[in-house]
Amino acid sequence: MRHFFAYIFRHYFFFLFLILELSAFSFILQNNFQRAAFLNSTGSFTGSIINSYNNIIEYLSLKKANTNLVKENEILRNIIAGKGGKTRNFVNNYVSDSSFRYIGAKVIKNSINRQKNYLMLNRGSKDGISVDMGVVSADGVVGTVIRVSDNYSLVMSVLNISNRINARIKKNGHTGTIEWDGKNYRKGVLIDIPTHIVLYRGDTVVTSGNSNIFPENIMIGTVDEYFSEKGHKFNTATVDFSVDYNNVYYVYVISNLMREEQLKLEEGVENEK
Amino acid sequence: MRNSFITYIFRFIILVLVQVTILDNINFGGYINPYLYVYFILLLPFEVPGWILLISAFLMGLSIDMFENTMGINAAATVLMAFFRPTVLRSLSSGKDYEKGSKPSIGYNGFRWFFTYSLILIFIHHVALFYLEVFRFTHFFATLQRTLLSTIFTLILIIIVQYIFEKPER
Repeated sequence: MRHFFAYIFRHYFFFLFLILELSAFSFILQNNFQRAAFLNSTGSFTGSIINSYNNIIEYLSLKKANTNLVKENEILRNIIAGKGGKTRNFVNNYVSDSSFRYIGAKVIKNSINRQKNYLMLNRGSKDGISVDMGVVSADGVVGTVIRVSDNYSLVMSVLNISNRINARIKKNGHTGTIEWDGKNYRKGVLIDIPTHIVLYRGDTVVTSGNSNIFPENIMIGTVDEYFSEKGHKFNTATVDFSVDYNNVYYVYVISNLMREEQLKLEEGVENEK
Repeated sequence: MRNSFITYIFRFIILVLVQVTILDNINFGGYINPYLYVYFILLLPFEVPGWILLISAFLMGLSIDMFENTMGINAAATVLMAFFRPTVLRSLSSGKDYEKGSKPSIGYNGFRWFFTYSLILIFIHHVALFYLEVFRFTHFFATLQRTLLSTIFTLILIIIVQYIFEKPER
């Protein structure tokens, strides 16, 4: 026994290394498999530091943010006026479906240069945000809320290789899935397109509304290149995102008022199987 | 001794803040993210006890993780890097002992020595970090590309910081 302790002591550097790595890995695994765990304990502290930094540098992006807001107002006013106006890029982004509520929020942290990108918003559960709500900007889909603390929420960006969005091709109604391959932040990949469908450059891709996270018909992007390979069950296409994720300053979190009811209904089906 | 301890604490906090506010928010071309905070581990004195080395690496990584919402990833990568530090130092020493009370820097050890030392350790850290982040091997080459680009960028940044903040001693 004494030899054992002597051995441990002599090689303590290695064993300490092992213990620290194991605890780090337990954090990583916890984080990968149960998303909801951490932000509640650490979110308020780190959130407030990030928020105060954002308050300092906010003016740097004010010009762009204002231009975006005016553009958005223009479209909303045109919709109210019943003209439609410049809605070309904004395929029915504003859904007249009373089961959805929009909560405005400021982006206080955003990244585009990782393979798993996240955004942090300055609104949290106090403002009615909860996990699995969709997040959009004036130009289209931004991401999904994955964690909330009292005053902040963490959003998994569309630019995250783990993110999947149910999509629909606007012109023919066929569905597919939007993914990001972790490379170019302006381009996504549309997968699971049935082979008999032909897509052309510029075809619009919107949300399908199948997932009860996003309402249907929110802009995702336009088809850039279409790949059809013989022998594959499904084709893929690259998609130009309509949102410039490098310039997202204000977003809207979408609360689906019917979500509980929809989930309960689906749960019933699962149980019957 | 006590004085330098406070200096290290101070450096720790500054590096965390610079990393999570400034560096994490600059989107260099959509690919590159420099991780300047590893500078803390690089700059610890030669005779730093092993447990301080490992535990400070763990705390450093964990602080970054808390801000980046990447629980454990930075901690794991930084501890790995700290684990290899004594080995790298030994193999670069070319038989001689390092001067007592000195620390790894361009001023003490010359540019080439510091360049190699930093490059090896930053590369170890970035490989671990980027592959743990994606947590899969399907994006192997895309991840490797990111790792290499960011390694170069972090190295350049660290050398610049060396020249600005470290007074040429002796």
